[in-house]
Amino acid sequence: MKRVGLFIPCYVDQFYPNAGIATYQLLKKLGLDVTYPTGQTCCGQPMANSGFEHLTGDCNQLFVDNFAEFDYIVSPSGSCVLHLKEHLHTEKSEPQAAAIRTKVYELVEFLVDVLQVKNLKAKFPYKVGLHQSCHGQRGLLLTQMSELVAPYFSKPQQLLAQVEGLELINLKREDECCGFGGTFCVVEEAVSVKMGKDRVKDHQANGAEYITGADMSCLMHMEGILKRENSNVKVLHIAEILNAG
Amino acid sequence: MSTTAKTHPELSEVFNKDEQRVNWHDETLWWIRQKRDKSAHSIPEWEVLREKASQIKNNALSNLAEYLVSFEEKALANGIIVHWAADAQEHNQIVHQILQKHDIRQLVKSKSMLTEECHLNEYLEKQGLEVIDSDLGERIVQLAKEPPSHIVLPCIHKKKEEIGDLFHQHLGVAAGTSDPQILTEAARVHLRETFLTRRAALTGVNFAIAETGEFVVCTNEGNADMGAHLADVHIACMGIEKIIPKRKHLGVFLRLLARSATGQPITTYSSHFKKPRAGQEMHLVLVDNGRTVQMGREDFRASLKCIRCGACMNTCPVYRRSGGHSYHYAISGPIGAILAPNLDREKYADLPFASTLCGSCSNVCPVKIDIHQQLYKWRQVIVQEGYATSGKKMSMKIMNYTLSSPGVYKTAGKAGRWVLKYIPFAVNNHFNPWYKQREMPEVPKESFGEWYKKNVK
Repeated sequence: MKRVGLFIPCYVDQFYPNAGIATYQLLKKLGLDVTYPTGQTCCGQPMANSGFEHLTGDCNQLFVDNFAEFDYIVSPSGSCVLHLKEHLHTEKSEPQAAAIRTKVYELVEFLVDVLQVKNLKAKFPYKVGLHQSCHGQRGLLLTQMSELVAPYFSKPQQLLAQVEGLELINLKREDECCGFGGTFCVVEEAVSVKMGKDRVKDHQANGAEYITGADMSCLMHMEGILKRENSNVKVLHIAEILNAG
Repeated sequence: MSTTAKTHPELSEVFNKDEQRVNWHDETLWWIRQKRDKSAHSIPEWEVLREKASQIKNNALSNLAEYLVSFEEKALANGIIVHWAADAQEHNQIVHQILQKHDIRQLVKSKSMLTEECHLNEYLEKQGLEVIDSDLGERIVQLAKEPPSHIVLPCIHKKKEEIGDLFHQHLGVAAGTSDPQILTEAARVHLRETFLTRRAALTGVNFAIAETGEFVVCTNEGNADMGAHLADVHIACMGIEKIIPKRKHLGVFLRLLARSATGQPITTYSSHFKKPRAGQEMHLVLVDNGRTVQMGREDFRASLKCIRCGACMNTCPVYRRSGGHSYHYAISGPIGAILAPNLDREKYADLPFASTLCGSCSNVCPVKIDIHQQLYKWRQVIVQEGYATSGKKMSMKIMNYTLSSPGVYKTAGKAGRWVLKYIPFAVNNHFNPWYKQREMPEVPKESFGEWYKKNVK
């Protein structure tokens, strides 16, 4: 059986373990041989996106040491996966790094493209808004983008459609960025918050009870805004919904 | 604005103090983005056109020297007087000298982002010349003594009431007027008078055709034509990257330009200038101003493919909520953020960071510039050249230390969660930009790693 290495990004590990647990359980449910290498930390993206890619050498090496042996590497974060695909390089083990760049998958794309899941047997009877995280959508092509003239498709929607009782709401701006953007959320606090407020409002106006997505970071940002507004709308990582019921 | 020391985050914070205005700015530009989408989707071959335009521009840049020589040769044969300017200062001096030669002290201009980049108006005004911008939006910001905030919609940040006040002050319109019809009429009367009395007109250039030595100027108001047709002297200024190889390529760009900019099928006026009319003098100034340096930067040369449609600004969620002036450069938005650091890394070190790297800009770009990838690459260059703040450098070193060792990472994570849980005021204070308008995440009882150790292994 092919071996899957589970990569749980640093902030998910520390603040949103439930998203990690749901990912693990979901993959197990689907009959996979899943291992979480305990020596892992982070993909290095926070440093690279801040302009410090030259400092990511040790972090990258650590990632390669932890994950080189697996057939697939799966992670519940489009943004981290995109970073690995585009920027994981090491001086010592470049062939292994190159291999990882092609076998690392975001959870949704792994479920749709590799496992071709057709029947999830999940249940979540709520109105849900889907937030298209930019790196997943425009970087990993999880969903068609509104700017391009091309036929529509959506991998997360394909999975959410398999969840019993779930009602996916429409949004006015279907793929607008939420304004998280890694260190952007603190460096550009004013714009980041305004973007987040607007994004959340679109979901609220269309009756969402939950906001979900394939990137916990965007959800963390929107959750921070929702809580400050004392809103009843909650956020859940898509893995938690796909694993529900 | 360009002389201010303030950075994008600071200027955006000021802009965001008036949330209603931000909403209105965002919605207006989003409306234009939607018009662009509708217009693009009405053309089944849209993506093919983008690819074609991109390849024509790649070809033009790869053979730029050859095309420029050919263009000059044809232009001279057509009777155009051609000038070459290495930088902004030389460009301004050339324009000034042409005006001096004819003893002209008043200039009517149509829209040209190049002259904004070179600060021509300021320069000529310092020499005692009067410059009137004839594009309506440009005229409005000129009266307000502000630079344009958008390359296609220069006064998009201004409400009609504010324009009414300006026209009351400068053009004698009744106080409190905000009816666009009345304001436009007033501007029309004022500009007519200008066109009829100025002996020199300056225009920008959208496309210069190497094959024929002619150039094309696109406007929606016909003001470039009004100026150029009535004046004794027509001066056209262009960046050297405006060259396209052949006349037959023009259609590709004209179909893309207006649709990307405003959603119109084509700009109202696409005026072709090939030679001066009898008795007129036609000058063309070809400007480098850092472009050949940018050509030499492999990662960034594609930025020179830009046809100045402004689509990246309209789609940019950051631009829509920070306004053009927050970019403190002549060209704002995502494209400005990759052009500006070429000229001055230190002054514009903040701009490549004024993005979430969402990638929408690259998707709307009609010539397929990899804008968000270049933003990422500029960040690396800016940090490597030492323009990151010392606080940021320190925090990145700590982050690197923490994330390079699983042991340190686990301890730090545990400590961080402990702080959040038991002494939340250590982070929930006004020194923490996250907490200012957002709650911190709730602290879980254990990390995923700890759960895994307990439950799986």
